[in-house]
Amino acid sequence: MEAFEYASPRSVQDAVKLLGSTWGGTEVMAGGTDLISAMKDHVVTPKRVVSLKKVKALDRIQAASGSGLRLGALVTIRQLLDSPVARQHFPGLVQAADGIRGEQMRHMGTVGGELLQRPRDWYFRNGYGLLAQREGKSLIPDGQNSYSAILGNSGPAYFVNPSSLAPMLIALDAKVTLHGPNGQREVELSKFYTTPSSEDEREYVIKPDEVLTEITVPGTSAKTAAYEIREKEGLDWPLVGAYVALNMSGNTVKSARVVLGHVAPVPWPSTEAGQELEGKTLSEEVADAAGKAAVSNAKPLSQNGYKVQLARVAVKRALMRAAKGEA
Amino acid sequence: MATCKYDWPDADHRELIGKRIDRIDGPEKSSGRAKYTYDQNPKGRLIGKLCTCPYAHAKVSSIDISAAKSLPGVKAVIAVKNPGDEIQWAGEEVAAVAAINEEIAEDAVRRIKVEYEQLPHLVREEDLQKAEAAGRTKEGGEQTTGDPSKAFQDPDAVVSEGYYGMPVITHCCLESHGNMVQWPDQKSIRIWSSTQNVSGGPGQLGQALRLKNLQVDDNNIETVCQYIGGGFGSKFSPDSWGIEAAQLSKMAGGAPVRLMLDRDTELEMAGARPSAYAKVRVAAKKDGTLTAWDSDSWGTGGVGPAGHPPLPYVIEPPNRHWKHTAVLANIGGSRAWRAPNHPQACLITMAALDDLADKLQMDPVELLKKNVDLAPEILRKTYSEELDKAAELADWKKNWHPRGDKTSGHMKRGMGVSLHTWGGRGHTSNCNIVIRPDGSVTVQLGSQDLGTGTRTVIAITVAETLGLPVDAVKVEIGTSKFPMDGASGGSTTVGGVSNSTRRGAIDARDELFAAVAPSLGVQPTDLEAWQGAIRAKSDPSKSLSWKQACAKLGVKTIEAKGKNPGPCHLGDSGVGGVQIADVSVDTETGQVKVNRIVAAQDCGLVIDVKTAESQVYGALIMGVCYSLFEQKVMDETLGVMLNPNMEFYKLATIGDFGEFVVHMMTGPGYDERGVIGLGEPPVISPGAAISNAVANAIGVRVPTLPLTPDKVLAALEKGAMA
Repeated sequence: MEAFEYASPRSVQDAVKLLGSTWGGTEVMAGGTDLISAMKDHVVTPKRVVSLKKVKALDRIQAASGSGLRLGALVTIRQLLDSPVARQHFPGLVQAADGIRGEQMRHMGTVGGELLQRPRDWYFRNGYGLLAQREGKSLIPDGQNSYSAILGNSGPAYFVNPSSLAPMLIALDAKVTLHGPNGQREVELSKFYTTPSSEDEREYVIKPDEVLTEITVPGTSAKTAAYEIREKEGLDWPLVGAYVALNMSGNTVKSARVVLGHVAPVPWPSTEAGQELEGKTLSEEVADAAGKAAVSNAKPLSQNGYKVQLARVAVKRALMRAAKGEA
Repeated sequence: MATCKYDWPDADHRELIGKRIDRIDGPEKSSGRAKYTYDQNPKGRLIGKLCTCPYAHAKVSSIDISAAKSLPGVKAVIAVKNPGDEIQWAGEEVAAVAAINEEIAEDAVRRIKVEYEQLPHLVREEDLQKAEAAGRTKEGGEQTTGDPSKAFQDPDAVVSEGYYGMPVITHCCLESHGNMVQWPDQKSIRIWSSTQNVSGGPGQLGQALRLKNLQVDDNNIETVCQYIGGGFGSKFSPDSWGIEAAQLSKMAGGAPVRLMLDRDTELEMAGARPSAYAKVRVAAKKDGTLTAWDSDSWGTGGVGPAGHPPLPYVIEPPNRHWKHTAVLANIGGSRAWRAPNHPQACLITMAALDDLADKLQMDPVELLKKNVDLAPEILRKTYSEELDKAAELADWKKNWHPRGDKTSGHMKRGMGVSLHTWGGRGHTSNCNIVIRPDGSVTVQLGSQDLGTGTRTVIAITVAETLGLPVDAVKVEIGTSKFPMDGASGGSTTVGGVSNSTRRGAIDARDELFAAVAPSLGVQPTDLEAWQGAIRAKSDPSKSLSWKQACAKLGVKTIEAKGKNPGPCHLGDSGVGGVQIADVSVDTETGQVKVNRIVAAQDCGLVIDVKTAESQVYGALIMGVCYSLFEQKVMDETLGVMLNPNMEFYKLATIGDFGEFVVHMMTGPGYDERGVIGLGEPPVISPGAAISNAVANAIGVRVPTLPLTPDKVLAALEKGAMA
């Protein structure tokens, strides 16, 4: 780890003032579960770390209008899992959080940090860059790509977005509040992530001198569920995840949001799957057809064709889980 | 009935041996009071760090350590490699530093400037043709017995062909390799080592340092290891980084230098199990009698030799041929990994036999039983009994079905069987046993507890012999100042220490009998030590409590030596084990879930059933790890390991294990063989048993471990097209 300056401001405004206007020089720290390990590995080498620990009121879960939810950026995964409001109204969000195995991670890791964590791609984490390029060419198509993207992978990025909460929150039409030097703004989470085209860019639209402070989830009567597939039962990144919100009229799907996670450089909303479901009575066959639709545009690399099948199954199972109303 | 002076007591004369007794150092370990090498933190200790090479194959052009040396807080820096030296794998050390804390040590490492000339490398070996084209292969042996070509051509022969294998995996010791070294004075060294070889440590370190012109006599070196956080065959020496720590300490005026490997370096260079892949043909008569074997295998253990898997494994058809090719890959060199080359040979053989059983439409347990006479004679009866026992405990008859679970739904259940063997004769061991007039008993050995329950086994053996409870014996191990004991490798520790301490304790006891006999008015040969008393066998009313008896020593202290090998038959070599795995496979996702593993295992006379079972549990956990998850993932372009961490070098955790049922084979036929080692054998079969169970569940073979979703789905797809 490089030597760095540690700042612990007491307000969001002060935090923003401490941040630089380009990526790399400063980093915001919430729980630190990702940032510190990335710093130890020299994946990021900030000169200044701005901790939000002493900023008040960022660790609250509050009810928003119409049974909605406001999550402070420093709410821990454990808090979210234990939240009666979240459990009652957003079972899919709790299921997504439940995929973050490991009590240490749940207690230290925050929802804000979960949305802003960097990709787990092993080329990136071993110091070969976010785009893993060598002499202008990505190492990944001919390399070890079993965990890489199957969608949105026409280049130059092949990593997968590591968040499990983001795809669920996108299915729920959530927004994030960002504080910057010119005040605050709200961004729909569905427009928050982006695929970088150079090493100077990052995976989201937040600016280097902005702080993510809150996530707002509108109230909904939609049935929600998440289904993730991983190799291990314990702490392990999902190979794929499917996150769904269904507006139902009896047994008929009025509208559906299906978002895939861990399959593309950004959370991957599937309009194809949504359309497949609209107006249909939900059954195993219909759910499977939606899964098929969700991966219809997938372009697997040399080693990750299996993720296409997994994504299809995850969509099917997430839909059936939502239909059953599993908590 | 015991016939030789040092024999083990008969079953009806055992108070402790063969019972379930808690590990005596369990509370120390589980409470965190046990101090490992990693925990050594004396005042003034420096932290050592390695500067490692980022390339798989390179020549050092220049190395400049001056900027590291001048960093405040840095106490010593050495260049390990010189210009012109060749590096054979990414992660090999080129320089080492010692500084007052970890942060400064790391900063210093990053200031070391090394220039390399990169050379061509090969890091992936599964594609043998590619390795051959690159000129990176070497003949690894070939042997023919009988007439295999003729046997395969027999028109009545049923022949099964297959491809099987497992990749390179690492040892992944939870306590990484390392040492803390200090020079208390100019001519002496004290080294705390995370080691499987306490007694051998001084000689290894002394010799290596003298080669580097650092004069130290072996008898001025003390190696200490009270606790070790895993070794599995990879920690037999102080290693290059132990020597470097000693050099750094010397340069730093003798201050203790603690140099433990970082996790990435641990996974890159501190041990690898060689891979093995094989194309196999195996033939049998229609009744299942095996007639022929043919295998063409290859694998890598780094750039050096790594032996070859012993094929065919255990069950040897009369006509057989094997050929092995070593691939010389630029990865960290191989080290003995718990039962070297056996898990590989076991998977290749037992999977091939399982596929043949399917072709013969035979129950694989029946196939193994039918051919048990092709196993070494000493184990035939053992295997027959273990196959029956494991089948009974696994409800084999009820749960097994011909290949392919035909029930509806995407969850398929399957059962697989495998068998294995190991030597495990007790190693050379010397102990010193002291009985003092106050009745206290101390036993000392230069041994170590690698997880074998060494302390507990010693305490049980001595306590049993002296008629005392386990906690009446003080066991001291873990320093080379104690009598020389063997390294803990090859499943030799429990056999070694139990045999030496049995002999030593009998001699100590007999000396006590001689001192006590006159006061009881009997001959010493009429005495026995039983339940805390010394009493006459002819008249148990003639009795003294242990303390009263020891008081008869006056001011004299009894000191007895015990040795292994030595007189009487207290141990043996050669054990057998059978395992049955029960798995469920999700055919939509390719996920494999281990439901249960049944292990029937023999190791001769069991000293402590509880620690023996724990050895098997640990082996099964390791077995699930390498069957489902572990692999050293190498990038061919970069030549580096992509998963040198605990995130993507995946190990099973408790949710992945399933249920373990362990049955130790004991009683007549087993006990009289004496004590035989157990550490290695039960880790051999899980790969084969789990792979066979998966094939039984889904109807097709997943050829190579680990059985990850991508491979399971690929096998299903291939099977569906066939």
